[in-house]
Order: sequence, then structure tokens, then C-alpha cells
Amino acid sequence: MGDPINLISRWFNDLLLGWGVAENLVKVISLAIGATIVATLSLATVIALIWVERKIAGRLQDRPGPNRAGPYGLFQPFADIIKIFTKEITIPDGADHVAFNIAPVLALGSVLLIWAVIPFAATVVGANINVGVLYIVAVGSFGVVAVLMAGWSSNNKFALLGSFRAVAQMVSYEVPMVIALLTPVLLARSMGLNDIVAAQTPWFIIVAPLAALIFLITSMAEVGRAPFDLLEAESEIVAGFHTEYSGMGFGAFYVSEFLHVWTIGALIATFFLGGWSGPGVETLPVLGILYFYLKTFIGYFVVTWIRLSLPRVRIDQLLAFNWKFLTPLSLAVLIVTAILDKALELAAVERWAYALMMLAANLIIGWATVLILKAIEPKRKRQRVEFTPRPIAVAPKSVDNVSSR
Amino acid sequence: MLDNWLYIGLFIVVALFIPAVAVFLPRLIGPRKPNAIKQEIYECGIETVGDAWVQFKVQYYIFALIFLIFDIETVFLFPWAVAFDKLPLFAVMEGVLFIMILLVGLFYLWRKGALEWA
Amino acid sequence: MSGLEIFFLVVAVVTLVAALLVVTTPNLVHAALWLILALFGVAATFVLLNATFLAVVQVVVYIGAIAVLMIFAIMLTRRVMKDSGPQTNSNWVWAALLGLALFGGLTFVLLHSDAAGVSLPALSAHADPLAQLGQELVSPNAYVIPFELASVLLLAAMIGAIVVAWKN
Repeated sequence: MGDPINLISRWFNDLLLGWGVAENLVKVISLAIGATIVATLSLATVIALIWVERKIAGRLQDRPGPNRAGPYGLFQPFADIIKIFTKEITIPDGADHVAFNIAPVLALGSVLLIWAVIPFAATVVGANINVGVLYIVAVGSFGVVAVLMAGWSSNNKFALLGSFRAVAQMVSYEVPMVIALLTPVLLARSMGLNDIVAAQTPWFIIVAPLAALIFLITSMAEVGRAPFDLLEAESEIVAGFHTEYSGMGFGAFYVSEFLHVWTIGALIATFFLGGWSGPGVETLPVLGILYFYLKTFIGYFVVTWIRLSLPRVRIDQLLAFNWKFLTPLSLAVLIVTAILDKALELAAVERWAYALMMLAANLIIGWATVLILKAIEPKRKRQRVEFTPRPIAVAPKSVDNVSSR
Repeated sequence: MLDNWLYIGLFIVVALFIPAVAVFLPRLIGPRKPNAIKQEIYECGIETVGDAWVQFKVQYYIFALIFLIFDIETVFLFPWAVAFDKLPLFAVMEGVLFIMILLVGLFYLWRKGALEWA
Repeated sequence: MSGLEIFFLVVAVVTLVAALLVVTTPNLVHAALWLILALFGVAATFVLLNATFLAVVQVVVYIGAIAVLMIFAIMLTRRVMKDSGPQTNSNWVWAALLGLALFGGLTFVLLHSDAAGVSLPALSAHADPLAQLGQELVSPNAYVIPFELASVLLLAAMIGAIVVAWKN
């Protein structure tokens, strides 16, 4: 009784079978319907998110946010949608039409595809594949290809430069992100997302807080949101790789960015916050959906909060932060987690002691990192460049001479 | 097993179909009045000089190269992490050694200055 | 024909056509994009063979890293939009012959090997091929030396790439 979604799907299957539809066809039809529902639901969430995010941004910046269209401005996203659908599509001269049009579709599709493996509840899991984590990484690489296609096909210097920046950033931050993802895989001994959720006693944010932090930072950089939004640094490269897109072409990139942030919330919830687990899910699995969405919103809110609070970094800072800080740190965390996990398993300690020692190890690594950083920092004191103001124009030396001549 | 992948295959179709409809629908319902100035490549209001190709830093390529190496490394580590339950301590240390060798590579790049952007 | 067979045929045709377009299209970036489609087709074939780990690795490494690297290299060195020229030089006949000979040789070997026509036993539902792979990779009786050598090889590749590409 606690599982209405599977009940409905079983009822639907029986109905089709009763009509004499072949068994394989019934399977394909019900899976296709499931995929459509999940994909549509994810896209529908974005409509709500656009309002939520603008409202959060407004409140954090001490202004009301959208409040004209409908109560609390709730109809604002619908007005935006109608507008964006009726806008003219312009394609610049010399653009590669096919690639130009495929790129936004691929960008949005690559984010949507992540939702195929996300477990909403113990019994509502979509595809429960044993390579789930790598699947998410694989799907993300289509996003990279989409950005390259968009930048190249626009025939625009800014777009091409923006796509180069975006891709350099995305591939660089993928390294620590994947290494950070290895930690929950190692702790759960599985790459299946549902197994990882089921293995979280206690939640992995307690057992592996550093991996969670690295994952949060790197996935923000993957989306390219402030403070990592160099790919659309207006003052340098206009709007980056989607400079030439108008109407729904731009809309698809915009929606894919919003959906990606929401997806990051879902991934953080799944990998580190226990996914659908919570009190009462054993008897009533459908409660898991509620818990999952609540946790997803927490992750989403944190990402948005950071976005609205921090200024943009420079590109050299961005890459140095990744390669000289996050990558070594994530590798160190992985090594320590692996050795300690095995040692504690051999020592057969209780679960709570295990969690406590893991937490302690993470805190020690974090503390050591801060100490090392402090030790390095004095050597690289900021050079203060003395600036003596120089007049732009100098008055003629002596006007008297000229007039006396 | 294959059922799950059938679901993913169908999901790929759906996930490409919905955005494709969204991107191509405005072509039917939106206005379409192209003219030469509207189609011009945007360059902050100035007429475009030359083509889109400009000289890129070789650093972009170097980072992609390093990424490729680390990508392959992590791919090797995933089965190791999945099999963690059944591994004796020395097998765990073999994985750690694997990571260490690549850390050496990272520090080589660091000292060599290949990680600098400037 | 079962659904799987039809799907395999579609995937195979798409892969082959994409691969053919890689070598015949005049635009280098288009060639790289077709290559991505061909690689994706190979990944789909892996899924059909139930080698799902290989399938995702195919996408992660080949599309996510190698194809992106190729596009970078093309865009760094060629003028991006208008790059087109003859796709063949005078040696194309020999290359085609060599390709055909390789294909013939591989087919011959496959047909005459002991494994030809033998269908392998299906994986048991409880077996976890991934965990097995992980165990074999670090087991002294199996692949631990290749595993560690791979690490050294990657290190050598990284150093080599930097020495070649990094000239101050």
C-alpha cells in the first residue's frame, strides 16, 4: 500500500496485457512512459526553480524579486516562457547551421539524462545500473561536446573563446569531481546509485565531509555558476559560448543551467545526504520521494546561496585552485579513506566508532591542509605596486613666451 | 539488466526529443524577418574583422592532455573501489601505490610550471 | 528478427556510416563530430554485449577526453570555419587496400579460431562482474603487474606529453 507508483505501473501493465498487447511491447511502452514522466517532471521543476531562484536572489539582495505577475510573482516564469517561445531565431552569417541547432538540444539532453539513474525512493529508481556513477560522468561529457559545438558553429570570436574557457574549466574540474565521487563508491562498495543510498548509515556527509565539500565545489564549477562563471564573463567575452543564440536556442542553454544546478542538489542528496532514506521509509517507501526532494532542495539552496554571495575568480586562480589544491587534496582524501576503511574493517570496530574515526580523519586532513596553506602563503606575499599618479595631459610650458613673440 | 539499459535508451530518445521540439517550435510560431544587419556576427557593435579564429593559448591543450591522463586513472580505480570488500590489505595498498605514482606526475607538472596559466 | 537484432543492425549501420563520414567529410571539425557519433555507436554495441562498464568507459574516455582533445587540437592549429581541402592524397589506394586486407585478415582469424561459433555461458544473475574485475586487477595471481605498469605508463605519457607540448 505504501508504494502507489509501482502499484499504478503494475495495474497499467496488466491492463495492456489484458488487451492482448505483446509482453515485450508492454515493457517498452511502460518504460517509455516512465522516461517521459521523469523527463517532463524534471523540466517542469525548472519552471518553478526560475521563480524560486529569482525570489531567493531578491531576498538576499534586499529587494522583493518578481512580484508583479500573479500572486508573489508566481506567473513570472510562464510569462517568460511565452515570450521566449515567440521570439525570432537569428542565426549569424557564416554559422554552421546544423551544429548551431544541435548544440542547445544536446546541452539540455545531457543534463536531463542524469535523471535516468537517480533513485527517487527505494522502489522508484528508474534505471538501477551497476555503473551509475560512471554513467553520470559519461553523460556529462556530452555537455562538454555541446559547448564546443555551440562555440565553434557560431563563427564568433567571443563564442569560440568562451567555449574554450568553458571546456578547459569543465574538464579540469572533472578530475577532482570524479576522484571525490570515488569516496562514496568506495564506502558503499558499489557504483549503483540505489546501493549507495542504501549503504548510508550514517550519511556519507558525516563519514566523508571533505569529499562532499570537494564535490560541491567542483560541480559548481562544472555548471559554470558564480564564483566560477568565467565562461560568461560579460566584461571580457560578452556571454561566452552562447553569445549568438537568441530565443529558445538561448533558452535551452538557460534551462540546462538551471536544471543542472537542481541536478547537483539531487546528486549531493543521493551521494552524501542519504537520498531517499529517512524515518518511516521501510513501511511507506513513497515517503522517500518527499525526503529526496527536501534534501535536493537543501543542496540546491546552498549552491544558489554561494552563487549570490561570492565574486567571480580569475582564470589563473580558477585553474590553480583546481590543479594545485583540489586535485591533490581529493587524492589525499581518497588514500586516507581507503587505508582507514580497510584498517577499521580488519579491526572490526562498531559502526558508530567507524563513523567517528572517519570524521576525525577528515577533520585532521582539513586542519593539516589549512596549516600547509598558511605555511605556504607568507612566501607569496602580495606584491604591492606603488602607483604614483601621472597627469594625462600637461599644460603648455609657458604661455607668456608664445604671446611675447 | 538489459531492461535498465532499455530504459536509458528510451530516456535518450525522450531527452533529445523534448529539447528538439522546444528549440524548433519557435521557428513555426515566432516571427522570421531576417536582414543583413540582424544576421551580422556580434562584436560589441563594431564590424567584424577577420574570421572567428584567433590565436589560442597552448595551455588549453595542455590542461586537456593532463585531464585525459587523470581520466584514465580514475577509470581504473572504480573497479578497485567496488571490489573493496573482498580486497586484502596489500591489495588496497596496491591501489594506493597506483594513486601515488600519478601524484608524482602531478608534482612533476607543478614543478615544471605546466600548471601555470601565465 | 528480435528487437535486439534490429537494434544491433541500426547501431552498426549508424556507427559505420559515421566512421565513413569521418574520413570523407571535408571539414575537420565535422569529422571530429562524426567521430563522436561513431564512438557512441561503439558504446551502444558494448551495452548490447552486456559489457556495461566498457560502454561507460568508452564514453567517458573516448568522447569525454579524447574527442575533446582532438577538437582542441584542430581548433588550435586550423582556421576554424573555412578549413576544407582534398581529403585524400596519392596514397589513398594503398590505404584502402591495407584497410581491406586488415578487415579480411581479422575476419579470417575470427572465423577460424576455436572461439568461432561458440556461445559463452550467460553470466549468472548474482555475479558482480565489476567487483570481479576489481579483484582481478589487484590480485597477484592475475593483473596486478599490468595494473601498476598502467600507472607508470600513464606517468610516462604525461611527462612525455608535457615535454613535447611545453616549450617555454
